[in-house]
Amino acid sequence: MKKLYADIHKSIGNFVLNVTIESEAARIGILGASGSGKSMTLRSIAGIEDVDRGHIEVNGRVLFDSEEKINLKPQKRSVGYMFQNYALFPTMTVMKNVMAGLKGSSEENRAKAADMLKRMRMDGFEDRLPGELSGGQQQRVALARIMVTEPELILLDEPFSALDGYLRDRMQVEMLEMLDDYAGQVVMVSHSRDELYRFSEDLFVVRKGEILRHGETKSVFRDPVRIEVAKMTGCKNFSDVRIIDNHTIEATDWGITLTLKKEVPEWLGHIGYRAHYFEPVWGEREENCIRFDLVRVDDLPFEKNYYIGPERKVSYNTDMESTGRSHDDLLCWFVQGEEQKIIEKRGLPDYLRLAEENILLLE
Amino acid sequence: MDFFELAGRLDWSPLWISLKTGVVATVISFFLGLWAARKVIRKDYKTKSILDGILTLPMVLPPTVAGFFLLLIFSRRRAFGIFLNDTFNIQVVHTWLGCIIAATVIAFPLMYRNARAAFEQIDANLVYAGRTLGMSEIEIFWRIVVPTAGPGIASGTILTFARAMGEYGATSMLAGNIPGKTGTVSQRIAMVIQDGDYVTAGFWVIIVLIIAFFAVFLINIITGRRMKNVRKW
Repeated sequence: MKKLYADIHKSIGNFVLNVTIESEAARIGILGASGSGKSMTLRSIAGIEDVDRGHIEVNGRVLFDSEEKINLKPQKRSVGYMFQNYALFPTMTVMKNVMAGLKGSSEENRAKAADMLKRMRMDGFEDRLPGELSGGQQQRVALARIMVTEPELILLDEPFSALDGYLRDRMQVEMLEMLDDYAGQVVMVSHSRDELYRFSEDLFVVRKGEILRHGETKSVFRDPVRIEVAKMTGCKNFSDVRIIDNHTIEATDWGITLTLKKEVPEWLGHIGYRAHYFEPVWGEREENCIRFDLVRVDDLPFEKNYYIGPERKVSYNTDMESTGRSHDDLLCWFVQGEEQKIIEKRGLPDYLRLAEENILLLE
Repeated sequence: MDFFELAGRLDWSPLWISLKTGVVATVISFFLGLWAARKVIRKDYKTKSILDGILTLPMVLPPTVAGFFLLLIFSRRRAFGIFLNDTFNIQVVHTWLGCIIAATVIAFPLMYRNARAAFEQIDANLVYAGRTLGMSEIEIFWRIVVPTAGPGIASGTILTFARAMGEYGATSMLAGNIPGKTGTVSQRIAMVIQDGDYVTAGFWVIIVLIIAFFAVFLINIITGRRMKNVRKW
């Protein structure tokens, strides 16, 4: 049975890392900003970073235990690690790189490496040096070099951050395909919610060395629970909340009152609303609407971003200068494709409706 | 007197002694320097500074001061020299071994410092990658670290060789200038100038110039490949 358990405690200077990763999923994601400790977690599992205290176990095999004084060398952990810059050995050819982790240069190993390069569609590049390859090709060689050693666990550290737009997208699809016939677990660390949403079944959200939320990836996005998590999953609009009764809340930052069918939880402190989920309303005001007080429009290649002032007695445009409030308070509404065509036809809406199922209830 | 006539009747032994000394001292410095550099870069900042100071000292000190210390250690009238002589029948003072020791001590810091600088330039991820792939530390060092640090190590080696070959101060104190035995090119030049024989001195100077130029040229070729991508400023 596949299972990763990593309980890691470590402090360096002011930074303290206290994370517990436990998952039986085949694809695990760790989402966090730079400096959140996500890469450090990965390095600790691989054994290339010292851990103060904790327990690391892969498929029942203990790699580290501070109490039992177990600390396997990285060489003995059978954990493959793909570095952000791929770390291919610059003086070795592609073939030698892939064979680096195999003992000796027997015919058998050579065939194994050649076979793996073929699977990564890198046959024909055996005699090239890493410096002669493109970013995507380097990544494939790095993956081949790891896979050929048949590790029990594979760790991917920001694998796509060194690639540019087009290639990044391609390699994300490719990576999933290439990992298809790998039986072990794969952990991927990234600051990109899109990459991890696509990749991982289980998701851990890290901030300042702590896990804020973990669970099935889709449920973390659907129900982030904490405001920081919601931000990291890409939510743009937040408001403080005043509970009026069991089914009514006031979103104080937006100046509107919302009625919910479900009961308002006691712990509710904030709500969030994703910028793509507003529904335009023309004419009469409906329930759970905010007045469409347009402050600014930004044109993007494939969408328009509308910035709406919160509801006040005075119009936001005039109010903003007198009260000295910033654009931070504006609500974002991102409009794509079909919806944009409707707006072009009907004109700007009078109100935006918040659908109850899309309102994020946050602590 | 023409050049070839002089070359024909000249005692060539200083060149062979210098070359032999240079090669042996370089080989010793090479391994010792790599080893020391690898040890030092892993130490914390404080230990690093102290160790680095000690290992670099012979390069900064006047060679005669280094020679003084070497005499202090190896003199056959002192404990360690007596011990070497009585136990292993090894004599250092006024022997070719003395030439090698003096040249090694003076030239070693060049090897060590170049190797250290080259090691510090290496992306640590390369070493980590080697470890996670299951390569042993020795394998990582010789198959990844040294080749990657190649140009730096090569130029260190050549500088070491040039310095070892031309060593004068410490050598003259420890090994002396015994013709055919410890008489190196540098010592021969000093000696013939004292006799006022500028022709022979000039001849040796030309030889030294050729070797020195060749060494620098070699360094530029080896490190030059990497410099192609450097932008001019």
